[in-house]
Amino acid sequence: MKDKKSSISSHSLSRQKALQAMALPGLLWMLIFNYIPMYGVIIAFKEFRIFHTINGAPWVGFIHFQEIFRDADFFAAMKNTLGMSVLKLTIGFPLPIIFALMLNEIRSRGFKRWVQTISYLPHFLSWVVLGGIMITWFSENGFVNELLLRMGIISNPIAFLGQPQGFWLLAVLSETWKEMGWGAIIYLAAISGIAPELYEAAVVDGANRFQKMWYITLPSIAGTITILLILAISGILNTNFEQMLVLNNPLNHEASNVIDLYVYRIGIRGLRFSYSTAVGLFKAIIALVLLLGANGLSKKVQGRSLF
Amino acid sequence: MTPKNFTNIRQSKQQKSDPFPRINGILMILICFMTLYPVWYSVVISFNDGQDALLGGIYWWPRIFSIESYRAMFSHQGILQAFLISIFRTVAGTATHLLFTAMVAYAFLQTRLIGRKAYMTIGVITMFFNGGLIPTFLLVKNLGLIDNLLVYLFPSMFNFFHLIIFQAFFREIPKSLEESAMMDGMNDFGIFVRIILPLSAPVMATIALFQGVWHWNDFFIGIIYVNEMELQPVATYLYRVIAQNQSSQMMVNMPASISRNAVTSQSIKMATMVAATFPIVLVYPFLQKYFVKGLLVGSIKG
Repeated sequence: MKDKKSSISSHSLSRQKALQAMALPGLLWMLIFNYIPMYGVIIAFKEFRIFHTINGAPWVGFIHFQEIFRDADFFAAMKNTLGMSVLKLTIGFPLPIIFALMLNEIRSRGFKRWVQTISYLPHFLSWVVLGGIMITWFSENGFVNELLLRMGIISNPIAFLGQPQGFWLLAVLSETWKEMGWGAIIYLAAISGIAPELYEAAVVDGANRFQKMWYITLPSIAGTITILLILAISGILNTNFEQMLVLNNPLNHEASNVIDLYVYRIGIRGLRFSYSTAVGLFKAIIALVLLLGANGLSKKVQGRSLF
Repeated sequence: MTPKNFTNIRQSKQQKSDPFPRINGILMILICFMTLYPVWYSVVISFNDGQDALLGGIYWWPRIFSIESYRAMFSHQGILQAFLISIFRTVAGTATHLLFTAMVAYAFLQTRLIGRKAYMTIGVITMFFNGGLIPTFLLVKNLGLIDNLLVYLFPSMFNFFHLIIFQAFFREIPKSLEESAMMDGMNDFGIFVRIILPLSAPVMATIALFQGVWHWNDFFIGIIYVNEMELQPVATYLYRVIAQNQSSQMMVNMPASISRNAVTSQSIKMATMVAATFPIVLVYPFLQKYFVKGLLVGSIKG
């Protein structure tokens, strides 16, 4: 009892040497690997060159942010990012929900488990491998062209990944293919928490399968859907960086150059550290505004929010 | 009685004529097929004679079976080295991450820890804000981790999301065990090592799989921080071969014993991709069980 009361005194600090010795390395790691980079963001307001230290570089104010608004490449990257994100929201967001609803209708537990297990296998595969498969499949003498030619749908092979046309759709569909099963897990968990009495009552009322889905299942998982939607909206300027790294090439660059890739290109390869940090910070600020906006809107309309 | 009978009749009628379960089942099988086939196709091509595969028309099974691509791959110094690096970073990186994050998680959980609130707040902030690509790159560069194997260990040694998952598990361990150990004069580190760790196999497996799969699949650290080819993991090696079209490099330095006709740069690429995926598929049965648990804990707490 005495111990707890005097927990601030140096006496008790010396009594938890071992405990502090376990906690401090964690603090130190975070200070180095999380907080030093956070502090390093100030180079967005400086003219940092490779020979400078972060503190030694001269301040330049908002010059880099002004430059963003004159940068046509940035707006092109913004257009690609938003285009793919909107596609992803319309295709990639609802599909896991539909998949979870359909999977929930499967009676046989064994079959259900098999389907689920298979469906999230691609989530664990590296984008390098999937990108490699895609590049092979969609090349001019690849599997897809072979199939389309044989079926007489096209008469000349198309270099799907060697042109900007259709790149957005291909990127979004392949990501959906990879993540649909994984995305469904959280909805399936939410569905399994619904009280069976609700369904029994609905059956007594004569509800059919789709009415049960519409009036019971969907409203019951609406909270989960809302939270994931808020997160998806706040992540609208994020693209799948690894996917873009693998699928981007000079021929489709016009459609595949996204903000993350642009920051990487001009920053790491072009050594324009300050400017690319400014672009990254600008993007992060928009993301924060989007998150707060989506959260606030959902609070007002639905009474549900993330925080 | 009548309404109940009525619904019963309706139900049985529905079940007989309702095409939905069948359609649904077929759709599910179709989804499974669409998921598995691209992977299977890669396996088939990797086991087919390289020149013959270029002619196309192979869908279900190798037309001319050949393991030459694998022989070529395993006799290629660069690829072998890349596999060794991958194994190193997956094993060492995962082990250090597990022990370090679990230790900090346990310490941060103790209510008697002075400064606990501050520690946790500092951690929570890292979940929402980060310095972004360039400041992180500059830090790693200033730490001297460029072209250094330690770059696979230190920057990924700790993760606050994983700390939260660890803590959720540690909370379930009965306090009485720790208390009696403390009576015996054991200090916090002793309790963590001898009491907590042995009881934490499930959560350790979960995080080990999270981190292990990430280490094995990650190619970005190799791209951005490692310039020397000999220090790159197989994922980065594949990235260079696939995205930067350096597959002709794979044909260089091939021993004379490998039949040149049976192997193409395409077929070695496929073989390397399959080999790089194999460990993931191997641990998949364990993976999916623990991953789902971890995902759900993470999403409830986070």
